[in-house]
Amino acid sequence: MISVKNISKKFGKLQVLKEFNLEFELGNSYALMGPNGSGKTTLIKTILGMVIPDSGDITVGSQSIKGDVRYRKQIGYMPQIGHYPANMKIGQLFSMMKDMRPEIKEYDLELVEAFELDQMKDKSMGTLSGGTRQKVSAALAFLFNPEILILDEPTAGLDPIAVEVLKAKIKKEREEGKLILITSHILSDLEELTNRAIYIYEGEVFFSDTIEELKEITGESKFSPAIAKLMQWTLKKKSSKPLLSHV
Amino acid sequence: MFKLLKYALYDILKSRFAIIYTVFLALVAISIYQVSDDLSKVSLSLMNIMILFIPLIAAVFATTHFYNNLEFIELMLAQPVKRIHVFLSQLFAVVIMLSLSILLGFGLPMLLWGADGSLLTLLAVGVVLSSVFAGFAFLASVLTRDKAKAIGISLALWIYFSLVYDGLVLYVIYSFADYPLEKTTLALVMLNPVDLGRILMLMQLDISALMGYTGAFFQQFFSSGLGILIAVGALLIWMLFPNFLAMRVFKKRDF
Repeated sequence: MISVKNISKKFGKLQVLKEFNLEFELGNSYALMGPNGSGKTTLIKTILGMVIPDSGDITVGSQSIKGDVRYRKQIGYMPQIGHYPANMKIGQLFSMMKDMRPEIKEYDLELVEAFELDQMKDKSMGTLSGGTRQKVSAALAFLFNPEILILDEPTAGLDPIAVEVLKAKIKKEREEGKLILITSHILSDLEELTNRAIYIYEGEVFFSDTIEELKEITGESKFSPAIAKLMQWTLKKKSSKPLLSHV
Repeated sequence: MFKLLKYALYDILKSRFAIIYTVFLALVAISIYQVSDDLSKVSLSLMNIMILFIPLIAAVFATTHFYNNLEFIELMLAQPVKRIHVFLSQLFAVVIMLSLSILLGFGLPMLLWGADGSLLTLLAVGVVLSSVFAGFAFLASVLTRDKAKAIGISLALWIYFSLVYDGLVLYVIYSFADYPLEKTTLALVMLNPVDLGRILMLMQLDISALMGYTGAFFQQFFSSGLGILIAVGALLIWMLFPNFLAMRVFKKRDF
């Protein structure tokens, strides 16, 4: 569904993505992991067209992301930190987002109802707490029933009840055969919600396969220790570089 | 595009700043009208205030607006809408808000106490200068990643065009006082939107006689059809060029 082909991106001198290749298929749920600054959010933003790669191409469906913007109709995106116009009310924000996709008439209001956003629709966005904003972001990502869901740290900042609601929703969408891409540092969430793991390290794909395969390779029976081992391996790889050999 | 503009405008018009700015302009206009009954004096005083403050406020407001809306711009970029439309909707929203404030703040007192050609030119020049400096501000904003830096650049441009440039022109005129300088000064005026606006205004008043031979030359130039055409053309270029440049950068910018 999404194929990332030879994407490279530099921010100034810093090479964030190096000749990046990845395939995302419908029906799978991907956990995108990596230390801070490894290029997770950059990858997501490149797919969404917010960051423009130096070279390479991405296709969503069969459509290249260059030029035509219609491919974004298939994507529901929940940003890491959602900021919205302060003077806009929740209700207005939702009607605006609906207005952006006039041809979609059926809305998925499950999260709106579960988070009781309807009762707050006259509150302006500027007065909302961080958690409520996250709820708004989540509800917006699912609103149009998109085939692809990209969730950047979806559970950060939510209260435990909301986290459970959101996780149940993600699981439900996954069973409906959607493509789900989640970044998070909360490994237990990822283990629950995903079946494939992608580990990025310094702009390169270090691991990309099923979670079973990950456990087998690392020889661990549980997800967290398996990831921990993966991280140790990346560090070893790093320490073997001549630059750091004196350490 | 129009949907985006509608929402951007809605957000900006509801902000407290739009109201404060309009009220401020109205208070300035009302107090000047109270002081004098002579319309040309009113228009001269209003011009002096306007030419200094309107570019400053346009530059600072447009920069802060861009940075305050950065996350909203990011949100829009993840939607199925074109980048150019996102940019233009933000720009037009700022320009429309600044223009409406001028038209309401200065226009209402004019409706009450009367206006002449020079006061109407004043409104037009105010709108044009707002767009020019909003363009500079957007250009500064898309080129930097730091609000403080962008405001710094906007302010530097304002200082340059409002204060420093006149000093440079005076220096040139004094240094080459022995030569005929009408055409040179005219060309120098075209290179500064603020001066261009000011001279377009002054030409509407009778005080150009006070400016000596150059004034007479300007009077002749700006009262001819071709002169007006060139002046308006130069202002149009000043309005479009920074905005166009900012749009080009915005299209390639990373968010």
